[in-house]
Amino acid sequence: MTEFHGFERPDGSVGVRNHLLVIAPIDCSVEPAKRIASQVEGAVAVTQYHGCGADEMVVNNLVGVGRNPNVAGVLLVGLGCETLTSEMLAEGIRPTGKPVEIVVCQRDGGTLKTIEMGTRILHRMALEAAELVREPFQLSKLTLAVECGGSDATSGIAANPATGVAADMLIDEGGTVLFSEPQEMTGTEHLLAGRAVKGKVAEAIYAMIGRQEARMKAAGIDSRFMSRGNIDGGLTTIEEKSLGAIRKGGTRPIQGVLENSRLRFDRPTHGGLWLQDGTGWDVPSMTHMVAAGAQVVVFTTGRGSTVGHAIAPVIKVTGNPETYANMADNMDINASTILDGGESIRAVGRRIFDSIVEVASGRKTKAEALEYKDFAVFATDRVAERLLGFCS
Amino acid sequence: MKKAIQIDDRDNVATVSSELSAGEEVEVLSPGGGIVSRLRTLDSIPFGHKIALSDLDKGASVIKYGEVIGIATAPINVGRWVHVHNVESAAVPTKGLGKGEAA
Repeated sequence: MTEFHGFERPDGSVGVRNHLLVIAPIDCSVEPAKRIASQVEGAVAVTQYHGCGADEMVVNNLVGVGRNPNVAGVLLVGLGCETLTSEMLAEGIRPTGKPVEIVVCQRDGGTLKTIEMGTRILHRMALEAAELVREPFQLSKLTLAVECGGSDATSGIAANPATGVAADMLIDEGGTVLFSEPQEMTGTEHLLAGRAVKGKVAEAIYAMIGRQEARMKAAGIDSRFMSRGNIDGGLTTIEEKSLGAIRKGGTRPIQGVLENSRLRFDRPTHGGLWLQDGTGWDVPSMTHMVAAGAQVVVFTTGRGSTVGHAIAPVIKVTGNPETYANMADNMDINASTILDGGESIRAVGRRIFDSIVEVASGRKTKAEALEYKDFAVFATDRVAERLLGFCS
Repeated sequence: MKKAIQIDDRDNVATVSSELSAGEEVEVLSPGGGIVSRLRTLDSIPFGHKIALSDLDKGASVIKYGEVIGIATAPINVGRWVHVHNVESAAVPTKGLGKGEAA
């Protein structure tokens, strides 16, 4: 059995990084949060831009990110008058047993005093986190998120099928794989449903893709439309287009649909392949999967996406030889060898799998070396959801 | 020799990784790296488009990624270009540029 080396958390989960997360529950307090984080090694500040009302979808995702095992400790930096309070997030994160502390500008004497107080707390957490050592764990402790962005004609032939091989290998060793982006599943719901482990899961797949199509239809977009560019690029049907995207999740049975709404936020309950309801926007899509527990992301790209993530290493895989040559600073894995027969899909998949294990054990990705700390939370439009009858 | 990539062992089409002229020879590679076959193309096939790996009757399933991506609307011989002119979706009709429609 393959092992990776990670940091065990009090709740038994295993981090692949030792980040300290500084969360500003609202954007009004992001400046002190950023300044506190900048004083302490391994710290990263994040916020959200959906206002200070306690939107449950935003709360669920921020709590999820704080609970992620890549986070060794959490400092919440509030303003004071917000409805989405620091305490609300702390309550959700504390059951993990990791240190969670709060500073609040209005309570603690304004910006400078809050920064000093927060920096001292975070500095202490950093010293405690520095004592943790990596230990070997089985892959059943690892959750991988797969994401694609900036796709091109090579994505469906090289990067996505090879990443799918790695996803299958991880699952076969007890690991968990998440994939999302429901609007890219249009036309394949019957195929995905056919891979569901039980009828209830198949129903949830149809319901999730149906909701996404209804949202797009309400916005005047036909999600089954094949663009001229798609057809010129060689895509014949909507099934082929969607299958090319979902192949990055591999071929194993689908264990369940993870709801990500104002009513519920699900996490995988056991190993295998899981679908998450979410968005097609790359950064929030990664954030939602990280909030559900993913410690590592594999990101396939054709044109060359550069994004990373605040608390998870992101491994970039491209099947486009020109992108790999032109953006060598950003691309971790060259899958374009599949195109000229230099390597098989399976051989590149094994390389991606090995890379996942190495990165989980501490090797930095290119996005990490570049200090990319992307973060965004997506929330569906509450008014539109109510009008469509999806969520109260 | 130019290559075509079969993504799943069950597929009856492969994707060409460089543009092919009619009559050109192409080597079809399996996901495991083996050579599935060497074919002579009957059509010119652009980069990223599909070639038939076996003879398909009208109404036959076109398989890629191990799944049905569409139905043949005409008989397709091995080595033929497989696209919107001879395949249609089993789920929804392909919109945008239709079959045989001028650009």
